[in-house]
Amino acid sequence: MANVITDETIEYVGILAKLELSDEEKEQAKKDMGRMLDYIDKLAELDTTGIEPMSHVFPVQNVFREDVVTNGDESEKTLKNAPGEKDNMFMVPKTFD
Amino acid sequence: MEILEYSAVALSAAIREGKATATEAVEAVLARIDEKEKDINAYVTIDRDQALRTAASVQEKIEKGELSGPLAGVPVAVKDNMCTEGMLTTCSSKILENFIPTFTAEAVKNLEKAGAVIIGKTNMDEFAMGSTTETSAYGVTRNPWNTAHVPGGSSGGSAAAVAAGECFFALGSDTGGSIRQPASFCGVVGLKPTYGTVSRYGLIAYGSSLDQIGPLTKNVADCAAVLELIASHDTKDSTSVRRKDTDFTSALVNDVKGMKIGIPKDYFGAGLDAEVKEAVLAAAKVLAEKGAVVEEFDLSLVEYAIPTYFTIAAAEASSNLERFDGVKYGYRTPAYEGLHNMYKKTRSEGFGAEVKRRIMLGSFVLSSGYYDAYYLKALKVKAMIKKAFDDAFTRYDLILGPVAPTTAPRLGESLQDPLKMYLGDIYTISVNLAGLPGISVPCGMDAKGLPIGLQLIADRFQEKKLIQAAYTYENKS
Repeated sequence: MANVITDETIEYVGILAKLELSDEEKEQAKKDMGRMLDYIDKLAELDTTGIEPMSHVFPVQNVFREDVVTNGDESEKTLKNAPGEKDNMFMVPKTFD
Repeated sequence: MEILEYSAVALSAAIREGKATATEAVEAVLARIDEKEKDINAYVTIDRDQALRTAASVQEKIEKGELSGPLAGVPVAVKDNMCTEGMLTTCSSKILENFIPTFTAEAVKNLEKAGAVIIGKTNMDEFAMGSTTETSAYGVTRNPWNTAHVPGGSSGGSAAAVAAGECFFALGSDTGGSIRQPASFCGVVGLKPTYGTVSRYGLIAYGSSLDQIGPLTKNVADCAAVLELIASHDTKDSTSVRRKDTDFTSALVNDVKGMKIGIPKDYFGAGLDAEVKEAVLAAAKVLAEKGAVVEEFDLSLVEYAIPTYFTIAAAEASSNLERFDGVKYGYRTPAYEGLHNMYKKTRSEGFGAEVKRRIMLGSFVLSSGYYDAYYLKALKVKAMIKKAFDDAFTRYDLILGPVAPTTAPRLGESLQDPLKMYLGDIYTISVNLAGLPGISVPCGMDAKGLPIGLQLIADRFQEKKLIQAAYTYENKS
């Protein structure tokens, strides 16, 4: 395997991805990601000099509209799905001391 | 005629003519569900009462002449990644186990306006990540042709529901083949439209630059009718395209004389099952006999499509799935210390293994130091793949090939080796990268009695050519 994923890399990716993996999952993730990256490395065979990266298949630009409210107040309905709610707001755990 | 034998369009015509009612159609579907669902598990949610209530009100409107469209009164199943107001929408994930949307996806809304009756929400691979419908948190779906086999994925529940008569048609979504491949495995018709044709508003995103909603149907005429209804310009989806040529049913013409069809040699190499190859080439011969000009050509870059797709799709998924954080909706872990620990535990407990795998990969390819080497590189190769198709479509009206290298694998076989499973998407994936439309049409059975699918691919906005050729093939005898 050409791509060796270190413990540090998995820790770092876990932080970026906001995932907490068990030791067993970490070992599996190291193997899986290494294998996938080996496979993706195939793209390096292609010379892409001078080619513009294409994020969208159509030459679309930003779509603008007037900043006008078209829907009504749906806060009550929306908050029904919230795991925690208080005084018409989302309730979250304490974020700082 | 038994009511379940009608196609969607024929059922609606029968209802308008007073030979059947919308309520009878829903009752027939529910009876079929009672009989089949324990073996198939096509649905995550079935709302019997609402379906019956809607059917009664639609029937009344049809009788009054207020509803006269080609799908009025027809029971439909919707993939569980499309939001339906008031109806559980899970994406087959634990993290959305209790999510009741406050709005309905635009494509579904278009169907509701036309009088289609929603039966329920179909099972899928979790967040549409998979090719077998085995990564669902709500159990696997089984192939109606042989329940030891998978229905394909990720729209496996939709394909199985249509094949088993548990609905008259269904909506699916296709990011790398997720409509066409299960359609092929279940012996139904499935179409992925040109990117931007159907609004993605209310479709829970996986890979936003690749996702499209499309129909899974019993035949090509139904497929054209459904596409005609769900295609719409929508200001709520900034990638929605304003099209005028959405009268897709006008392309139901039994004629391919002079149509130029290219067969990519690269699609018929190693890895393609011999029976699939034979069936697909036999279908090409049928179209040639009907007057199409069929020839082989080199498409090139085929082996680069999967690594390109996985880089881009994983990157977009890692970003799109950041919203599942246990704050606004869905699952929240019961025990945590502080905000960040709550995020991490909620996501780790709420997502399944395949979803985590793709989020991790996506986070990595977007991370500082790797972005250029992986993500940007993939976007450049995507441009090259698009150009290869652009070149092909200067010479051909359509590209013809298989949908998948094999027929439906046995349950449990694919997940043992994810990379091998990913390789099964080789013929479908570049269509999404290039934003093209593609259709899967049944073209025979293998020796095990499992369906084989023929794939036709057209240039952007050329769905009518797909429909015309598919319809001509379907009327071969």
